[in-house]
Amino acid sequence: MSDLSSINEQMRSLLARTARGRSEFEDLVVVPVFAVVVALIFGMLVMLATGVDIATIGKSFVALAKGSLGSVNALSETLTAAIPLVLAGLGLGLGFRAGLFNIGAEGQVLLGGTAAVIFGFTFHSLPFAVLMPLSLLAGAIVGGLYAAIAGALKAATGAHEVITTIMLNLISFKLLDYLLRQPYIQKEGRADPISKSVPDAAQLPRLLDWLDPNLRLHAGLFVMLAAVVLVWWILFRSKIGFAFRASGENPHAARYAGMKSGLVIVAAMGTAGALAGLAGASQVLGVLGRASPGFSADIGFDAIAVALLGRSHPLGILFAGILFGGLEAGGRQMQVDAGVSIDLIAIIQALIIVFIAAPLLVRAIFPWGFARKSKGGSEV
Amino acid sequence: MDVELRGITKRFGSVVANDGVNLTIRGGEVLGLLGENGAGKSTMMNILSGLYSPDEGEILIDGKPVVFQGPGDGIEAGIGMVHQHFMLVPVFTVAENVVLGVEPTGRLGYLDLKRARAQVDEINQLYGLHVPADTLIEDLPVGIQQRVEILKVLFRQADVLILDEPTAVLTPQEVEEFFGIVRSLKEAGKAIVFITHKLHEILEVSDRVSVMRQGRIVGEGDPKTLTEADLAEMMVGRPVSFTVDKTVAEPGRPMLEVSDLVVLRDNDEIAVDHLNMVVKSGEVVGIAGVQGNGQSALVEAITGLARAASGKIVFDGKDITHFSVRQRHSEGMAHIPEDRHKSGMVSSFTIAENMVLNSYYEKPYSKGMAIDWPTVHKTAAKYCVDFDVRTPSVFLPAGNLSGGNQQKMVVARELERQTKLVIASQPTRGLDVGSIEYIHSRLIEARDEGDGVLIVSSELDEIMGLSDRILVMFDGRIVAEFDNTGGKADRNAIGLAMAGATEGAAA
Amino acid sequence: MSAVTTDTTSEKIATGKARQARIVGGVLIALALLVLFVLDVGAGQVATFKLSRPRDAIVLGDLVVPGQPFNLVAAALLAFLGVRQFLRGGVRWTSISLGVGLAILVMAFLVWATADKSFSLTGMLQATMVRAVPIALGGLAGVLCERVAVVNIAIEGMLLAGAFTGALIGSLLGGWGGLVAAVLVGGSFGLILAALVVTFRMDQIIAGVVINLFVLGLTSYVSSQVFAEVRSLNNAPVFRAWKIPLLGDIPVIGPMLFNQNLFVYGALILVAVATYYLFHTKGGLRARAVGEHPRAADTLGVDVYWTRYVHVTLGGMVAGFGGAWFTLGSVGRFDENMTGGRGFIGLAAMIFGRWHPVGALSAALIFGFADSLQQKLALLNTPIPSEFLAMAPYIATIIVVAGLIGKARAPAADGKPYVKE
Repeated sequence: MSDLSSINEQMRSLLARTARGRSEFEDLVVVPVFAVVVALIFGMLVMLATGVDIATIGKSFVALAKGSLGSVNALSETLTAAIPLVLAGLGLGLGFRAGLFNIGAEGQVLLGGTAAVIFGFTFHSLPFAVLMPLSLLAGAIVGGLYAAIAGALKAATGAHEVITTIMLNLISFKLLDYLLRQPYIQKEGRADPISKSVPDAAQLPRLLDWLDPNLRLHAGLFVMLAAVVLVWWILFRSKIGFAFRASGENPHAARYAGMKSGLVIVAAMGTAGALAGLAGASQVLGVLGRASPGFSADIGFDAIAVALLGRSHPLGILFAGILFGGLEAGGRQMQVDAGVSIDLIAIIQALIIVFIAAPLLVRAIFPWGFARKSKGGSEV
Repeated sequence: MDVELRGITKRFGSVVANDGVNLTIRGGEVLGLLGENGAGKSTMMNILSGLYSPDEGEILIDGKPVVFQGPGDGIEAGIGMVHQHFMLVPVFTVAENVVLGVEPTGRLGYLDLKRARAQVDEINQLYGLHVPADTLIEDLPVGIQQRVEILKVLFRQADVLILDEPTAVLTPQEVEEFFGIVRSLKEAGKAIVFITHKLHEILEVSDRVSVMRQGRIVGEGDPKTLTEADLAEMMVGRPVSFTVDKTVAEPGRPMLEVSDLVVLRDNDEIAVDHLNMVVKSGEVVGIAGVQGNGQSALVEAITGLARAASGKIVFDGKDITHFSVRQRHSEGMAHIPEDRHKSGMVSSFTIAENMVLNSYYEKPYSKGMAIDWPTVHKTAAKYCVDFDVRTPSVFLPAGNLSGGNQQKMVVARELERQTKLVIASQPTRGLDVGSIEYIHSRLIEARDEGDGVLIVSSELDEIMGLSDRILVMFDGRIVAEFDNTGGKADRNAIGLAMAGATEGAAA
Repeated sequence: MSAVTTDTTSEKIATGKARQARIVGGVLIALALLVLFVLDVGAGQVATFKLSRPRDAIVLGDLVVPGQPFNLVAAALLAFLGVRQFLRGGVRWTSISLGVGLAILVMAFLVWATADKSFSLTGMLQATMVRAVPIALGGLAGVLCERVAVVNIAIEGMLLAGAFTGALIGSLLGGWGGLVAAVLVGGSFGLILAALVVTFRMDQIIAGVVINLFVLGLTSYVSSQVFAEVRSLNNAPVFRAWKIPLLGDIPVIGPMLFNQNLFVYGALILVAVATYYLFHTKGGLRARAVGEHPRAADTLGVDVYWTRYVHVTLGGMVAGFGGAWFTLGSVGRFDENMTGGRGFIGLAAMIFGRWHPVGALSAALIFGFADSLQQKLALLNTPIPSEFLAMAPYIATIIVVAGLIGKARAPAADGKPYVKE
């Protein structure tokens, strides 16, 4: 019936790719750039408002640049901070594509990281080639299962994932507090909640220690790059990814097309959680070496911004994650050099999302930055 | 009250919905406004009611120009609109809906529902509308809901009533009753604008008729001197027949057998009540009925979207009661859903992606865990050519297509493969005449190739034109069956059955 | 088709409600076993509940409950309710059975935890009320927003902003000044949310999340940048309890309802006012119409955008007031992220309370009860780790949101932006 050998002229013209329009370019490039610039300016205003003098503000922006890009160490720190952000961001972006707003990455990072630590010290006798990948996997699986709870609840009862994942975050904080006091997990001889250390064979090796032993960039970088490719393939090449995207864009049509919405929700949530768990695992196996309360340091929340800024596209998320990693690394430098609290970075990040998620707002602020767009709307 | 529209132009982006329209509306007269879907009728009336503001032109009331800033201004000026899609809050009572926006209030903004009820009853009496004031809208049948809409407009003392496709949801008998209401309003001196695309209704009720095509008024006249054929030619721009060309059906083996089927709604109410029906190969069976009588639930159960609470569905000899949507699809069931935007397509996906929305996992599109996109694209291009989907490229988002082309895309996806049974819900709702003719001919073609075809439509004309056999659904059951070979079925009897009257009780 | 076949087939129709009834039945029987075997109290042990404090005007004796018989009866009742669910007509009893069953469970649990100890019931009820306040106000803020179809995830951030402002301005201008400022700041975040979602059509969930992140970042930044240096800016006066004469002396109820601070009275009054407004006034009717069918409201001349702006701003003000409770109503000092998810629990209270102010208050009381129970139990040395007790409200929220205890209908247009034509 579908004899494709005879492609006629009409079909050939239908198969010609159309060039990207100007509005797509604006969406993908102009809006994010504006968002970052405006957010930085606003950050400056906040500093002014809290009595930071102009000289210090200047110094903090220099420190921000220096701490993120100014040296090999700065670059290493930027990438190190970017690794978990990109990994968790990929998970969130995949969720967004499937129409799921997963706020629970923070809890998934925490529990995934904790699982990686526990797996690591439990099987400390295994060789590196086995233990390290399996520890990462343990983190991914636990993160995925934890996220799948929210997915299953949504699939079975329609419970909104925003509320359930927030609650699962709060539960995970308490759960971690509890776990870290268990004799099996708690470091010997410590009264405070802190886990045993990860054995060397489970750690992600540092990549640049031949240059300087203090450079923290680790092999999680490759995990991150592989995840970028994998998520791209899942979303745009695989069958399950097609179902994710269809369900995200129009759940009704997806259901009518025979896609199992419950399955899609649980699978997408699980995959997202696995990536967040992987982020947690790479953080403990590559940087921290153990689990402690709040070791996730808001990675899961910052990753929401990363995913939005990256437009839920794997490549976009990679760039956005590196940008946020830079802000993180630069922010630490800023705190040291200029004495400005690193919490300022959180404000800047929040503002970036506002501008990204409300392109109408950016257009309203910078009308000259955009081609005149004809008003949308159609006859009813 | 007389209203005049002068040189009204309204654009949406690059689309000109109204192009220099002139129209006069007079008190005590029914103006029929005829036009295809998308001709610009609704846009113009939305301008008249103040919902849209025109890009050019002016509105004169009794000779004086007026400018409307919002829908409130239209009501203020005495122009009320009854929308095609009812503007009623389902969880409010009739009285609450009627007074919304002009509520009788006491001190501290206290809502005086008692007074509201009395006022509603007063208008009820005056025009003989018989609407219960304290019932929730969601508990009322659509016919009565429409009267609530009219009540709303009258409550605001409108002198001009715009009725947008008011008969679409009514049975033929309800249409007669409705025309009675229209005539009594006319006698009370109201100006009525009656918008429709149904020719016989225009001829029956209006005193004057204007025809719109592509945003312009293309003809005006006296319905007493015009025929349906004249109007149709004015409306479409070429002679059209509106009858579907088809031969006498040759029914074969049973393709779909539904027995004792029960389907429940989300709230456990019974939507389909022990229903029995058969669709044979090589015949078109039409299900007529007022919307909301379980047709959607029936289609969902047949296609696997809703669970059958009890009963059996047999498809070409195979019990498929517990099959999934996908299994039914691969058995050869095609489904053209009733609302293409909501459930038939993903607007942001490309045309190519939409063409494989329900078959991407099958050969030849599937390659291991991945999708073979080059094959998908080539197939999509072929489908577009075969089904006359007009687009410059298969890589464009399907949302960019016109309604007719979108529906042709959906039909192409469903019919361009080996099928045995085609289920089409409202297959031509909101389309232009050209697309309607095309889709009808494709459905008849499927029948002639030996498929069973099941059409569900609230447009009785469509059911009468396409079907070889007509089943009437009322309150979850099939209440009557008519042979429609050669289009002979008794329209009046079908109408009575749609209203739930069994043949014996009809008189 | 004969009537006989109709009857036989209808027997087989499995409705969702019947399934739910059976699930609840199973849960209740499981609870009965739990009470019987896990919460079993040794013979002769008694639980002592104190009903009044020594200095109260009217002193009631202690309530002494014999532990073992009480819990045996409780288990029997639970088992009865559970079995009832499986019998004919069980469907009708589902929600009542579940409610009564959970109440019995809580009582049995209290008796078990208090066995051979004593426990101040009045104190706990008073704490319940106090802890319910921010949740109830958060829930009320949610009701005001969602009734006009704006989903407000930002309640958490608004509470936090209110708490922060209360501490800062309260330190500068005193309690009343702090309170007014907190309400205004809460309102301005409401206004920002309305602008983002109504005018700039930002996704409502993203807008809410962003406001939460922004407020968290800003308050943390200022508190580490400024409060750490200048402590006097974070030292606000606290509103003390005002005892209402006579009513405050009623045993048990008096301390709970009539011997509280401004925030408790304020919350109760706001709930009453909001209920009257939403269901008995012109403005309320219009607001609800906007939430259910904005286009219908628009065609009748109700300004959808304006209505949404007003109600979301009002919601923000209510949340700002609720936020001030954390500082001006309790400790007088702001700490980073001190709201700890109360805003989200408020949202759950709103859902549990079926988008009704009184419902939200009732749900908040249940959460407040769970919260204060957890505090008191820590003192009783129960063998349950405190972390798990602390999780209880969150788990309860998930259960509520999952609709496991009855399902309610949200306003039809909830979460959907309205685009005027």
